[in-house]
Amino acid sequence: MTMLNEAVLHEGALATARRGLRMTPEFRRGLALTLALAVAATAGRVVIPVAVQQVIDHGLGAPGGPDLGYVRNAVAVCVVAVLLTGVAAYLMNVRLYRSTETGLASLRVRAFRHVHDLSMLTQSSERRGALVSRVTADVDQISQFMQWGGLMLLVSTAEVVVVTGLMAVYSWQLTLLVWASFIPLAVGLRFFQRRISRAYLVVRERMGDLLSVVGEAVVGASVIKAYAAEARTAERVDRAVEQSKRAQTRAQALVAMTFPLSEVVAAVATAAVVVCGVLLGVGGTLSAGELVAFMFLVTLFVSPMQTATEILNEAQNAVAGWRRVLGVLDTEPDVADPGESGRTLERGPVAVDFEGVVFGYPSGPTVLHGVDARIEPRARVAVVGETGSGKTTFAKLLTRLMDPVSGTVRINGVPLREIAFSSLRERVVIVPQDGFLFDATLAENIRYGRLGATDEEIAAALGELGLGDWLEGLPKGLDTPVGQRGESLSAGERQLVALARAYLADPDLLVLDEATSAVDPATEVRLQRALDGVTRGRTAVSIAHRLSTAQAADEVLVFDRGRIVQRGPHAELVAVPGVYADLHASWTAQRGM
Amino acid sequence: MPERVDPQILRAGLRVLGVAIRAEPFVFTLSVLASALYGGTTVASAWVLGWVTQETILPAFERGDTTAGALAAAAAAVVGVAVLKAVGVAGRRFWAGLMQYRMQAAYRREVTRRYLELPLAWHQRHPTGQLLSNAGADVEAVWAPIAPMPMAVGVVFMLVTAAVAILLVDLPLALIGFLIFPAVAVLNYVYQRRLGPKAARAQQLRAQVSEVAHESFEGGLVVKTLGREDAETERFATQARLLRDTNIEVGKIRGLFDPVMETLPRLGVLAVLLVGAVRLDAGAIDYGELVQVSYLFTLLAWPIRALGWVLAELPRSVVGWERVRAVLDAEGSLPYGEAALGTAGAAGLEVKDVRYGYGEDAGQGAAVLDGVDFTVAPGRTVAIVGSTGSGKSTLAALLVRLVDPGAGAVLVDGVDVRELAPGQVAGAVSLVPQETFLFDDTVRGNLLLGRDVPDEELWAALRLAQADGFVSGLPDGLDTRIGERGATLSGGQRQRLALARALARRPRLLVLDDATSSVDPRVEARILRGLRDTRSSVVVIAYRKATIALADEVVHLDRGRVAGRGAHADLLERSPGYRDLVNAYEQAEQEQQAEQAEKAEKAGQAADEDVTA
Repeated sequence: MTMLNEAVLHEGALATARRGLRMTPEFRRGLALTLALAVAATAGRVVIPVAVQQVIDHGLGAPGGPDLGYVRNAVAVCVVAVLLTGVAAYLMNVRLYRSTETGLASLRVRAFRHVHDLSMLTQSSERRGALVSRVTADVDQISQFMQWGGLMLLVSTAEVVVVTGLMAVYSWQLTLLVWASFIPLAVGLRFFQRRISRAYLVVRERMGDLLSVVGEAVVGASVIKAYAAEARTAERVDRAVEQSKRAQTRAQALVAMTFPLSEVVAAVATAAVVVCGVLLGVGGTLSAGELVAFMFLVTLFVSPMQTATEILNEAQNAVAGWRRVLGVLDTEPDVADPGESGRTLERGPVAVDFEGVVFGYPSGPTVLHGVDARIEPRARVAVVGETGSGKTTFAKLLTRLMDPVSGTVRINGVPLREIAFSSLRERVVIVPQDGFLFDATLAENIRYGRLGATDEEIAAALGELGLGDWLEGLPKGLDTPVGQRGESLSAGERQLVALARAYLADPDLLVLDEATSAVDPATEVRLQRALDGVTRGRTAVSIAHRLSTAQAADEVLVFDRGRIVQRGPHAELVAVPGVYADLHASWTAQRGM
Repeated sequence: MPERVDPQILRAGLRVLGVAIRAEPFVFTLSVLASALYGGTTVASAWVLGWVTQETILPAFERGDTTAGALAAAAAAVVGVAVLKAVGVAGRRFWAGLMQYRMQAAYRREVTRRYLELPLAWHQRHPTGQLLSNAGADVEAVWAPIAPMPMAVGVVFMLVTAAVAILLVDLPLALIGFLIFPAVAVLNYVYQRRLGPKAARAQQLRAQVSEVAHESFEGGLVVKTLGREDAETERFATQARLLRDTNIEVGKIRGLFDPVMETLPRLGVLAVLLVGAVRLDAGAIDYGELVQVSYLFTLLAWPIRALGWVLAELPRSVVGWERVRAVLDAEGSLPYGEAALGTAGAAGLEVKDVRYGYGEDAGQGAAVLDGVDFTVAPGRTVAIVGSTGSGKSTLAALLVRLVDPGAGAVLVDGVDVRELAPGQVAGAVSLVPQETFLFDDTVRGNLLLGRDVPDEELWAALRLAQADGFVSGLPDGLDTRIGERGATLSGGQRQRLALARALARRPRLLVLDDATSSVDPRVEARILRGLRDTRSSVVVIAYRKATIALADEVVHLDRGRVAGRGAHADLLERSPGYRDLVNAYEQAEQEQQAEQAEKAEKAGQAADEDVTA
């Protein structure tokens, strides 16, 4: 279920477009001039028919033989007009590209930033790919419309209006005749183009099928070979290839039939114009030049008709794109940064207080029921409990990845909600279980914790964590590329890097959410020892997945069904019957010790 | 990235087109004929307009009278030429498309055939993404110029016809055309050449913008917890700005060339009017011819640009062709012999002093296996135990001849597997690999993989693999589709199906490469007990103590060498390395189980606790 604001889905298309345009002031700046240039550029298209008419009627057909002087003047005027409209078209294009690209780039960046400002909860309610397309493909769709569809809409409309006007000046009867021929074409084209877009949908689907079958042949190569299933696979591929080809051919046949339709209609219109024009001319209401100009003008109707449906589709796509981008921008972050007005934390030891903290996910059951807890400065606390007991929720509230439904979390007496993010994120750092790494080198990933850190400082940090040997074992050392999502490293190594990254950030409160769960047992023992050292002097909260973590802590918080049911040092807790003693018993049994 | 069309690329591109023409001569001829019809009728339509002006319109206007016959002839000529032109356009489009799609289909089939023939060692050297794009995007790029090619041929035909038509009318008017049209063609070529690299760059930047967004959102938790929103926004904005600037550059080129290409023919028409008026005055041409030439100029401007499109597609086509040829010409099919194996009873296996190294050639590179030597007597179960990276999976691949050893030999029933005829190894030896692979097909299709096995035997295999329960619970039983890579099943279920697939062929030697790691230990124990009753030899790569204990003999692999052989209990006693390994596995295994149990529970309560993982 998405947690993005979807009110925009119920907004009218025009209202969305208007609001979308308002979001891109760079696009609106100077738009009037761009539009004026576009209209001027369109006028260039009727210069030729007018020139032909003028030359034939007044130059060549002048009483007493051709008037070459008139022709020269008329042509000179038209040359100037053609050149001017060409310049107008150039200026219009450049202005349009610049304003749309600038406007959309800043819209893109704004939406991107806004996604990061949304809470974890809101972000994870959307599929990652869907969020990405809101700042990429959706914006591209808008840009395509603004640069082509929207412009064509304008130019085509202007063209049809200007051409119709000019035709009407020559002869209203013939104008009606031309319109009567083209209206059925517009209807017919729309019908065909719908079928064409359906046919192309099938083409894309078949292509997807084809690629997935080829993918099987590649990814499953070892199974195919081990089971001698080559013939069967080849047959599957052949079938997919054949179906894909058939879909393509079908779509192509439709296009091939539709495309020349307008040629025929234009010819019918021209023929009708000739027949009726001659009859009108014989009657004396039309000149020869005007009739010839009409034959040129008819051709100008073809392209607006052909592009009309495409423009309509693009307009729909653009509105849909705007809706998706606005859907992000309309969503208020539910865990908001107090920003400028927020308070800053002093450097130094951190104490944490939970006061009557209640938490439940939207439309879910309550996960924490009124938790009260104090964590003293420099304390090293382990949080234990069964899955679903609320310990991860505790960690997320502690680092303000989420806000409690009621109650307050304080750091050094200051409510978390009042602390500026810039200060909070500097002082309080959580190492999540899945240590996400960026597709960069080891050094760059660790440096993410403190942007100015030198390679020496990074190496030193790894050394302090007892990971110096590991670093030396890497052929390229700090310059080792970690691959996408860090996949060139093992899950355990990724956690080591994430830990080093957080350590380098030098926080006063370090929260470890099962941060070493994938590290192999031998390394973990060493790491645990090193962590002991580096957490000394800071407040450290570890969500524990192994017994050893709880044993090493100053204090253990035991969670059960959303409440803290026990707290105290390991030695004390294990001695009394209760949740902790049970957990301990089951851990020991698992280890077979 | 293709930057420009140099003569070499042009030649190479035309050679590729030649391949297509030789493959589909009939369709090609049809499409070219249709294009020629289109080209010819385009010129004819201008001529008709001139003729109508001269013969119908002007006489009628002069005389103040006309005949129904003259009008009918004019209308019929206009419509008739247009219909012919429409037929030409439709035919050109349809046959050019057909040719393109047929070539694509043929080469997609050929490329995938080659994938199926090439040995696994070749596959391991090529990333999946590359192989997919060879069969997809590359094949498409190779044959992309086919679509505009007949159009280009038609245009050439049209230009020649037009040149002749104008020359027939008047030499000075023709000279205008000879100035304007080559200029349009050359400008268009310059346009494509300048636009191509910029457009490609924009495409590449668009992908980069998307990559940054994807990565950044995926690492959202890290960004948030370290307060790096500003840095991330700047990283994204840098890419977005680059894209913006490149798009603006593309826009400037388009913005300049599009109006120029439109303006040139317009100026041509005006020149025709001016010169035409003089020539008309001199009596060299008539009204109709003047109209005809002006109309021709407005018609030709657009098609002439099709020449540029073919040229623009050629570099991409050549690059695609090189990639596709690299697959088709790849060497390295496994050589086969003619020997056959028996069909009954458990098979014996000998691994003789085998060495294997990854790299260009199996014999070179750092050795993954070195001097590995052991035997499996018919009907016996041998466990291979070793730490990560000791070469266990490579050994499994050698046993079913997915790869050949660099030195030494693998013998089944005393016959070197390289001597066996195709299909013989697969007929006798079944491997259940570490990573389960299922096809987007029915359960039955996945079990059979093209074989013919009666349902009772399938069910027996499923029973043995402890998979009969969940398969019979599926909506359509054996005929249930299981989705891409078996996405609808759990890891344990997929592994059990993969095991059943191997068992359904009643292998004489079964090789299990950690094939039950996702299966619950109790279920695994039942499976392994069941396997003891099948009449086959088993080689099992295992981690779990319980699995190892079931083997008659253990081969302990350490860094590619056999570090010890013998019964599990003996090895435990005599080899400290083996003891440490098995104990470490056991401990890790238990913790892993506890975690997995926790994770499974967590997944069930995703909405409750685990929003960020």
